[in-house]
Amino acid sequence: MSEREPNNLEVVAGNGLLHRRLFLTGGAAALGAGTLGQLTAARAQEPPPWMRIPGAPMTGHGSRARYENHVQRLTMSVPGTDGSGGSRTPIEALEGMITPSGLHFERHHSGVPDIDPDAHRLLIHGLVDRALFFDMDALSRYPMVSRIQFIECSGNSRLTGLAPEPVSGTCGELHGLISCSEWTGVPLSILLDEAGVDPSAHWILAEGADAAAMTRSVPLAKTMDDALVAIYQNGERLRPENGYPARLFLPGYEGNMSVKWLRRIKVTAAPMMTREETSKYTDLLPDGRSLMFTFPMDVKSVITSPSPGLELAGPGLYQISGMAWSGLGRIAMVEVSADGGASWAEAALSEPVLDKAVTRFRMAWRWNGAPAVIMSRAVDETGAVQPTRQSIISAKGTNFMYHYNGIQAWRVDADGRVTNVHV
Amino acid sequence: MLSRGLPTLLSVGLIAGAVAQEGPNLGVPADPEEVAAWDIDIGPDGAGLPPGAGTVAEGEAVYAIQCLTCHGPEGNGQLNDVLVGGHGSLTEPAPVKTIGSFWPYATTIFDYIRRSMPYLTPRTLSDDEIYALTAYLLFLNGIIAEDDVMDAQSLPAVVMPNRDNFILAYPSN
Ligand code: HEC
Repeated sequence: MSEREPNNLEVVAGNGLLHRRLFLTGGAAALGAGTLGQLTAARAQEPPPWMRIPGAPMTGHGSRARYENHVQRLTMSVPGTDGSGGSRTPIEALEGMITPSGLHFERHHSGVPDIDPDAHRLLIHGLVDRALFFDMDALSRYPMVSRIQFIECSGNSRLTGLAPEPVSGTCGELHGLISCSEWTGVPLSILLDEAGVDPSAHWILAEGADAAAMTRSVPLAKTMDDALVAIYQNGERLRPENGYPARLFLPGYEGNMSVKWLRRIKVTAAPMMTREETSKYTDLLPDGRSLMFTFPMDVKSVITSPSPGLELAGPGLYQISGMAWSGLGRIAMVEVSADGGASWAEAALSEPVLDKAVTRFRMAWRWNGAPAVIMSRAVDETGAVQPTRQSIISAKGTNFMYHYNGIQAWRVDADGRVTNVHV
Repeated sequence: MLSRGLPTLLSVGLIAGAVAQEGPNLGVPADPEEVAAWDIDIGPDGAGLPPGAGTVAEGEAVYAIQCLTCHGPEGNGQLNDVLVGGHGSLTEPAPVKTIGSFWPYATTIFDYIRRSMPYLTPRTLSDDEIYALTAYLLFLNGIIAEDDVMDAQSLPAVVMPNRDNFILAYPSN
């Protein structure tokens, strides 16, 4: 145990979990004593080489430090294609609530189209008084709103959650179909009002300008409530792989519905029963029936550090850090256990805690060097509690594929190695 | 171009309220012909199905040229998605969800092939070819007879085996 540890570390749950006060006061600095990885930088030349010559010039567009280039999305595509499939955000390498745009997860059905914004138009038609085209110049003159909110693919986490044995992989490989950005765009309701929605309308169909012309039906109520035609992501124009030049953004709903490269909205009386809402994104239950239109993403959390691939350097004080989110609203509480669920303690939530955004939670942990199982459990403002894997499987079986939000456990071995376990 | 990116002042502040919203009204009326060219959707009731027709035999011939390399002989999915079979497997540990075993509407087959397939050259098939491919895939799945013809009337009338096994989670009951 380090001499630099503050002396008022109150143990709040089994196996060394410490009071979250540590993060709410200045005490967190003391955690430097045992952060992940070795703080054994070789004793180097003084002053270091980068203090002996002027640095690089200014640049028109910056890029990350070259030492960080190993932080990459993991891409996986279906056989015979390189653009049908997805890539996962390496969430174990990130902190805070915002996902860097270049690391936002991807899910495409026919690659990333190269769209000339000057040739791109959005058509609104169907059950409206007047069918209207909007080009990008027009869209950028509408009043916009900005919101920090997540997108999660509803297939996220199923790879490990629904497998009989825990699958080995990094946190991002297992749970990386989640990202959170600041999205800025025009409320879709303004555009629909301008077209004049017919009272007989209850749904819209949104179509993308990719080679799959991907379509999803969305309840009209959602589009009038909080849907955006998003144009900016984290302050810059959307990245191509996130829908440049315009995408639908449906806060809290399964990611597939936030149709990228948005080019057409057809206002309809009923859902169109497209391939993506019938063949895919329906949840098959044990009795052979399937749930259809399971839109919101339920409350969920995962510890990103420590996690597989990030080893603990020896007994001492550590920060447990993770992400929590809910498609139903704000995160109200995250609890952490270091003894496999026998006891739990409340983690510190990093401000701001926003509606349908990723919330960063942190917990101080004094690891005694013995094998341990760490896990997190989130509760949202509606009172929904993240369920255990077992309770999900007893209710829904293992074939439903979408909307898996079970508690994730990581096992820490005596040698500091972290692996995926089912508890 | 000076005004680019500037919201119309009138509408600022109205966004959060319940008041009817007002934008700068920059939508350009679309003429019906243009809308018709963009609108390729087929509804589950058959709305949007174009004129034309196709047979199982014609579909088999188109499939061999346009689809077989990726979806395998008779849709067995040797490289990409399996298109045939899986009947009765939905309660098994490894269910096989195909057009035949899972899809609730036959119209979705036409809609999806027309918008997305063949994967490398979408939007190149004629409506007759798409009707024929739809007929062939329905026949391989044992849903229609070998001499059935698919067109705007017969396709929406096809009853898919898994049609009644979906529970609507929205609107929730
Ligand atoms: C170059 C390979 C390729 C060719 C050729 C091809 N497909 Fe596909 N097909 C795919 C891929 C890849 C997918 C999955 C796309 C995705 O990611 O959504 C797919 C998906 C499908 C599906 C959806 C299956 C399901 O259960 O959801 C159908 C139906 C289909 N193809 C029909 C056809 C037909 C009919 C043809 C011939 C006209 C064809 N495909 C030609 C690669 C191909």
